[in-house]
Amino acid sequence: MTYIKPSFRHPKAPVNELGWTRQDYEGGLSTLCAGCGHDSISAAIVDACFQLNIEPHKVAKLSGIGCSSKTPAYFLSGSHSFNSVHGRMPSVATGANLANRDLVYLGVSGDGDTASIGLGQFAHGARRNLNMTYIVENNGCYGLTKGQDSATMDTGSVNKKGDRNVSSPMDVARLAIEVGATFVGRSFSGDKEQLVPLIKAALSHRGFALLDVISPCVTFNNHAGSYKSYEYFRSVKEVMPLDFVPVREEITASYASGTTCEVRMHDGSLVRLTKQDSDHDIEDRQSALQAISHYESQGKVLTGLLYIDRDSEELHDVLGTARRPLNSLTEQELCPGSRFLDSINAGLR
Amino acid sequence: MQPKHAINDFVIKFANVNGTGSASANGMFAKAIFRMGIPVSPRNIFPSNIQGMPTWYEVRVSQDGYLGRRGGTDIMVCVNPQSMAKDVEGVEPGGYFVYDSTKPLEPRFIRDDIHYIGLPLTEICLREYTDARQRLLFKNVIYVGALAALLNIDFTILKDLVSDQFKGKERLITPNIYALELGYQHAQANFNCPLSIRLERGHKVAKHIEDFDNILMDGNTAAALGAVYAGATVAAWYPITPSTSVVDAFDKYCRRLRIDPGTGKKNYAIVQAEDELSAMGMVIGANWNGARAFTATSGPGVSLMSEFLGLAYFAEVPSVLIDVQRAGPSTGMPTRTQQSDILAAAYASHGDTKHVLLFPATPAECFSMTVEAFDLAERLQTPVIIMSDLDLGMNEWMSPPLEFDDSYRYDRGKVLDAEALDAMTERFGRYLDVDGDGIPYRTYPGAHPSKGAYFTRGTSRDEYAAYTEDGQAYVRNMDRLLKKFETAKALVPEAKIKQAEMETRNGAVFFGTTASPAYEAIEILEKEGICIDTLRIRAFPFSEEVEQFLRDHDRIFVIEQNRDGQMRRLLLNETNVSVKDRLIPILEYDGLPVTARKIAGMIRNFITLGNVTPITRRASAQEVSA
Ligand SMILES: Cc1ncc(C[n+]2csc(CCOP(=O)(O)OP(=O)(O)O)c2C)c(N)n1
Ligand code: SF4
Ligand SMILES: [Mg+2]
Repeated sequence: MTYIKPSFRHPKAPVNELGWTRQDYEGGLSTLCAGCGHDSISAAIVDACFQLNIEPHKVAKLSGIGCSSKTPAYFLSGSHSFNSVHGRMPSVATGANLANRDLVYLGVSGDGDTASIGLGQFAHGARRNLNMTYIVENNGCYGLTKGQDSATMDTGSVNKKGDRNVSSPMDVARLAIEVGATFVGRSFSGDKEQLVPLIKAALSHRGFALLDVISPCVTFNNHAGSYKSYEYFRSVKEVMPLDFVPVREEITASYASGTTCEVRMHDGSLVRLTKQDSDHDIEDRQSALQAISHYESQGKVLTGLLYIDRDSEELHDVLGTARRPLNSLTEQELCPGSRFLDSINAGLR
Repeated sequence: MQPKHAINDFVIKFANVNGTGSASANGMFAKAIFRMGIPVSPRNIFPSNIQGMPTWYEVRVSQDGYLGRRGGTDIMVCVNPQSMAKDVEGVEPGGYFVYDSTKPLEPRFIRDDIHYIGLPLTEICLREYTDARQRLLFKNVIYVGALAALLNIDFTILKDLVSDQFKGKERLITPNIYALELGYQHAQANFNCPLSIRLERGHKVAKHIEDFDNILMDGNTAAALGAVYAGATVAAWYPITPSTSVVDAFDKYCRRLRIDPGTGKKNYAIVQAEDELSAMGMVIGANWNGARAFTATSGPGVSLMSEFLGLAYFAEVPSVLIDVQRAGPSTGMPTRTQQSDILAAAYASHGDTKHVLLFPATPAECFSMTVEAFDLAERLQTPVIIMSDLDLGMNEWMSPPLEFDDSYRYDRGKVLDAEALDAMTERFGRYLDVDGDGIPYRTYPGAHPSKGAYFTRGTSRDEYAAYTEDGQAYVRNMDRLLKKFETAKALVPEAKIKQAEMETRNGAVFFGTTASPAYEAIEILEKEGICIDTLRIRAFPFSEEVEQFLRDHDRIFVIEQNRDGQMRRLLLNETNVSVKDRLIPILEYDGLPVTARKIAGMIRNFITLGNVTPITRRASAQEVSA
């Protein structure tokens, strides 16, 4: 059964610079549970792409397997999408990106997909600084297989059966910073104010942009005792608000100095954020890791843009590939022809 | 015992220690024979180790042009005391044992039915060189020089080869030629040169090689060139013997041919992945996005890639995989050859899957089939697996020259570009069988601003790529995939049939590197009055001529290098052959390339005694341990 939304368009619906309405960025009707955090993230992606004036067909959506990985069907129906196998989205994204460096690569994954079965591919994608945005929709459990514990489940959190977790959690944001991701943020599916500009910044970043988005599973992990419930996470998040100013827009609002920081992105756009801690230098790996730990030791979770390296070399720079997408090279350009083969044969006689 | 007489027809084997530089000297020896115009087939038999373990190099010289292993050794050149006991044992009666006579040979190594040639290699090196490394390296060159005298190798050819080898390092040429001369002169002065086993230029050669316009090349390099010629721009891989040299060679040729002259940038990308799962994922991602991409691996990698192969099959994404097979299961014998991934590759992944396989038998076929694999993969929108093996991939084979027709154009398959999408009046259905051949149309991401986008998935979908759990839609899709596989039968390389001189109801079926020794075995048997028609399989799915051959013969020997008769099982599974007993397995799986003698022996046993118990002979004990 396919879910197709009614395509009625309000005549006064606002359009972006390309003349597209927000509705043009939507996808099929979601089949997730009502209230699932993942749907809010899909909505934030729609907002971000609409506001960034991205042409939908210039986006390639990629995902693994899980409730979260299903969501590319629920946004940007004008984009090609690849729902691959469990935990292996990063490799498919790598191949796709190698073939055509001119598309925007948007990966969606879950905490099971990323932090367990796919941990290796995730870490290596980050390490290679693959130019993509990678969103982990983190609910601390395996939604699609009915709520088993995932590796991001916090120590002390209680699962649906009432068992308290004693193992330490895998923090994908911290791991990403450690292994070489060049843009790392954390957010909350319930905080659209922060999430939308963060996604916009991630999409504007050149290199591997990881967003760890806490996204409660209302069906299996939203009970009292769960550290990934709406209520609990609201109580512990320490929000660094964030503004995304596109390339051409004038900068107006002013912030109290000391805790405000402005980051000029590679494409000229600007990210302005209000830090909670003036010692946190978001362009320094160690400082970012320290800030995360600092809040953690107080029982808090820091959200916002945690770390950025603006001028890094992405995978294509490292490999030295041509500016033109490899998939656009023609047979004439690629095939050496029989004359060269004659010289090969001659050398083997 | 009288020494054996043989001109241009013998097997010589070198016993070395790996990591001592013997490989290049031995290679030069084989190449010199090749340049004399005498058919030769050299093989490395090496350990999974970098330094200090026994390694052998077997060179078969065959004026009839037989390139498979014959079996047995006529001359053993033993430079490794570690393996001497077995090496002495392996020489056939009347043969020669060449050894380092600096120290006297222990009495237990003396046999009275073979002949001994002692060369004081260590002594010469100690006298001539002061540096330890030089003493080690030149020892190899000195015995090649001695063999030139003993076997009648053209010395000027050897000198040319030295010059070729050290192009760019000219100062090494003179010392190497000097070392060759040291050996040559010692042999001339002390032995009756040439021996009764020897080479003769101009002697009638090569029944099987019509004109001697051959090249000497390994299959992996040929496959890599195939990928270059096919326009592959993305290679993703994880190192594994014996496939590593495929990507190494691809890299080498791309550095020469694919650097943009204006910018110095690369028109290709090679990524060493974190494992084979990732390598396969990258290949799928790149192909999905319209680039030609491939990977090369061996058995353990195929196991890891299986889940992804199922995805590529079901989601219909072209992919090319070169499987250079080695002895399994598990890590098995990683530096020994086998043809034991047939079933794992044909049915890789869970659920109902089948994959297109190609079976090259020569470097020329490694080249042409790799070029073809990319067309097939894109035409059929499915994985294509090239089933090479260690013997073919890593050894140098005499092969017809590589050929490429400049008028040939890539077949990029059914792809709708922006123009085609605009011209379309009907709704685009990614999985719609428009042409009735089971092959749907696809689009590349980003091709059109508003048309042709679709959702690629490994889950069930309808003709318009929408998720569905409707059983009927699922069955329609699975049946279409089967229809596509039927379509493939007419597109893959056809099998090669050779009729026996006399009419017969006996047939033999083989593929890949089993072909050379199998053809030779059939000729041995023909001389004994046993006539057998042959079929060399070159692809799966099996086309009509394979079915026909099976129908036309009552007794069919299926010759292959694995324990379980995997090709036989595939034939039983995938053709209409009715009686299982008609297919008789002829199997060799000790990790060394099967020999003509062994195949002939097993078939002869079956025909005369009704069983195929492998014949045992003296040499086999030594070979199994090698
Ligand atoms: C190889 C493999 N093993 C197991 C599964 C079953 N499986 C499907 S989704 C999933 C977990 C998904 O968890 P997560 O990534 O956190 O996504 P969520 O559903 O929570 O959004 C598992 C184990 C599978 N699809 N493939
Ligand atoms: S099971 Fe959990 S994660 Fe899955 S859709 Fe329902 S609420 Fe969301
Ligand atoms: Mg989850």
